Amino acid sequence: MSNEAILHGSEVSTHEAHHDGHGEHHHHETFISKYVFSMDHKMIAKQFLITGIIWAILGGLMSVLFRLQLGFPDTTFPWLENILGHWAKGGKIQPEFYYALVTMHGTVLVFFVLTAGLSGTFANFLIPLQIGARDMASPFMNMLSYWFFFISSVVMISSLFIQTGPASGGWTSYPPLSALGDASIGSKTGMDLWLIAMALFVVSSLLGGLNYISTILNMRTKGMSMTRLPLTVWALFFTAVLGVLSFPVLLSGFILLLFDRHAGTSFYLSDIFLASTQKALPNEGGSAILYQHLFWFLGHPEVYIILLPAMGMVSEVMSTNARKPIFGYMAMVGSIFAITILAFLVWAHHMFVTGLNPFLGSFFVLLTLLIAVPSAIKVFNWLTTLWRGNIRFTPAMLFAIGFVSLFISGGLTGIWLGNSSLDIHLHDTYFVIAHFHIVMGVASFFGMFCGVYHWFPKMYGRYLNNTMGYIHFWITIVGAYLIFWPMHYEGLAGMPRRYLDYSGWASFNQFGGLNHFISIVSIIVFAVQLLFVFNFFYSIFKGRRVKSENPWGSNTLEWTTPIHPGHGNWVGEIPEVHRWAYDYGKDGREFIPQTEPISANESEHH
Amino acid sequence: MAQAVPAVQKWWNGGKSPFNVEYGKIMMWYFLMSDAFTFGAFLISYGTIRFATNSWPDPNHVFNSFPGLGAGYPLLFVSLMTFILIISSVTMVLAVQAGQEMDRKRVAKYLVFTILGGLAFLSCQAWEWTHLYHEGAWWGHNPFPNHNGSVATTNFSNFFFTITGFHGFHVFSGVIINIIMLIMTLQGKFDQRGHYLMIEKAGLYWHFVDLVWVFVFTCFYLI
Repeated sequence: MSNEAILHGSEVSTHEAHHDGHGEHHHHETFISKYVFSMDHKMIAKQFLITGIIWAILGGLMSVLFRLQLGFPDTTFPWLENILGHWAKGGKIQPEFYYALVTMHGTVLVFFVLTAGLSGTFANFLIPLQIGARDMASPFMNMLSYWFFFISSVVMISSLFIQTGPASGGWTSYPPLSALGDASIGSKTGMDLWLIAMALFVVSSLLGGLNYISTILNMRTKGMSMTRLPLTVWALFFTAVLGVLSFPVLLSGFILLLFDRHAGTSFYLSDIFLASTQKALPNEGGSAILYQHLFWFLGHPEVYIILLPAMGMVSEVMSTNARKPIFGYMAMVGSIFAITILAFLVWAHHMFVTGLNPFLGSFFVLLTLLIAVPSAIKVFNWLTTLWRGNIRFTPAMLFAIGFVSLFISGGLTGIWLGNSSLDIHLHDTYFVIAHFHIVMGVASFFGMFCGVYHWFPKMYGRYLNNTMGYIHFWITIVGAYLIFWPMHYEGLAGMPRRYLDYSGWASFNQFGGLNHFISIVSIIVFAVQLLFVFNFFYSIFKGRRVKSENPWGSNTLEWTTPIHPGHGNWVGEIPEVHRWAYDYGKDGREFIPQTEPISANESEHH
Repeated sequence: MAQAVPAVQKWWNGGKSPFNVEYGKIMMWYFLMSDAFTFGAFLISYGTIRFATNSWPDPNHVFNSFPGLGAGYPLLFVSLMTFILIISSVTMVLAVQAGQEMDRKRVAKYLVFTILGGLAFLSCQAWEWTHLYHEGAWWGHNPFPNHNGSVATTNFSNFFFTITGFHGFHVFSGVIINIIMLIMTLQGKFDQRGHYLMIEKAGLYWHFVDLVWVFVFTCFYLI
């Protein structure tokens, strides 16, 4: 069989006639096939993005609610009772609801926003456009991937409205709390819905991930060798590999947990006396730590699933807007690869104090600290890319630089936490919260914003409003540091996380004012995110129109498509690629697109 | 169809599949890797719990019945099951080979054999599960004593039913996939397409399910 036939599988023999000539599909598209059950990767990307935005608003709002409690523990807010009913009796967040809020805040932002909303959006949008493919390998599976995510979202949202409330055992859902319905009201139906939603989410991520991998390997246009791929595509490739190999382990863990909940098994349960029912349970022989291993085998790669796409987009946007080639392309690829491998080997650093053998812990310390090496290489390369660049401070570029700042600040505290001895003191304190919110949460959000501002013109043919973009950036970065920086001090002082009320501890009373301050800033930052959401939807319809195909003067292939690319992306032939993606400022030219052949008198090329 | 490939082809330079395979097969390989992690997680969990437990029931005593013959035949029935599944893998190979030779009749014939093998395996599993159930074993219940005579935890049954059940579910989906492949073969879909790639992909899945059984078999019946 010819390679051509292999590439396109069954399509070739039946559609040979108009193969490659079908740049623009003109067959009739209904509203349903264009906007709802779309098989166009660009539309699916927008579906992921908008669903992600809705989730982000919900997840952010949850944090505002529990920050109200943490910042103003003595104040009552009667309007809360009007909205939330018995969850906020007398205008105060009830303890059960507080746990539900932090649990759902974590779940929503980690999985639904920063996994599906981030890599779902940009893997779908950028992979085919940047490698020069008409669509994903399997557009149908791609559509299924979104709709599994959608169903998963519906199940998760519905758990907010049931009488016993959503899952409330933390986003990690450790048993025995999560396995025993009698242990807390959040461990009843809400926990089942949470597990079902997450299982559907795993299916969605698997369908998407398989597609991303096979598309990148198989469908690159002529001349697009792996080492000419933009770094975004490399990052999205390894993200997909991480997801495909780590989510199934989580699924196994969830299946065992479901059996423990409903079939009387004892996978995670042993020797339990339940205070709420005054009963000794018959379960024996299980191990709660087993669940933690299964969970963190996904849980740790998950943070790189969140972070790698952001890193890739930041590299791309930074090089474009510094008008300089990315520094150390191969080192960037190599460090993404190293991070991918190490991501699978460090999970137990989340478990230093759960009864893990300290001898085993020392290996995980070593492997964890090793991640600092590829991370530092990346930071060095970003900084050297900026060095003496001709920087254009677009909102996307600001978010890219902000990402690097956050990645450094949050990454350094990772070195503290990676030490098992220091972790005894810092575990489960606000120090941990500060660390992962800065390095994974806010940094990845910055990567996402950077991507949205940069590729919005390609998505909608219009620009986002710059003024709102600058306001959004400055308030968000200053706010993020003001919120999370003080938490380091609270954590070092030993203030534990996951508590509703600290008034019982005289030693933490000194932080009352600080908590007050953090809460006020977080409300302001949340409001500014709403400004971004307004900007987003306003600009879809009313934004300044894009006039040229390549508004940022960028080298990559997506900017060779029409301003409003149809399904199939390019009119006529897919362009051929002759060079890497980072020929900026070369031989006196500002930029040289990938499609331009190497000329005879060009200086050395990649 | 086969085309001579020049020796110095640059496989990774884009415009062609670097592995000379169609995307569906890459997806299948990655899916199988993913699924291997699912089973791996189950089996490692089983191993962890088992080694953390003082003693464990003896498979030679638990699995010693054969339908019609009664008790006293340790591991005989499961050997038959394993034999059936391995033979069905052989017939699958023959179906794939027939597909590469574009021989529709033989593809159909061997697919039928494979489906029958799969169904036979599932029936055996159904008998074994029923038998164990009547002996009092189920999720959360375990009547079998440990090697050393002490009362065992329920985790022997818990893991046995969960993991063999998950494997049985895979065999079941494999049978469904093979039935779909058989219908498509009989309709002549693959002759129209000019290749039997779908059979190859179904074959990959089927062999994977067989391979997993080897591990499940080892972990539950032999060790």
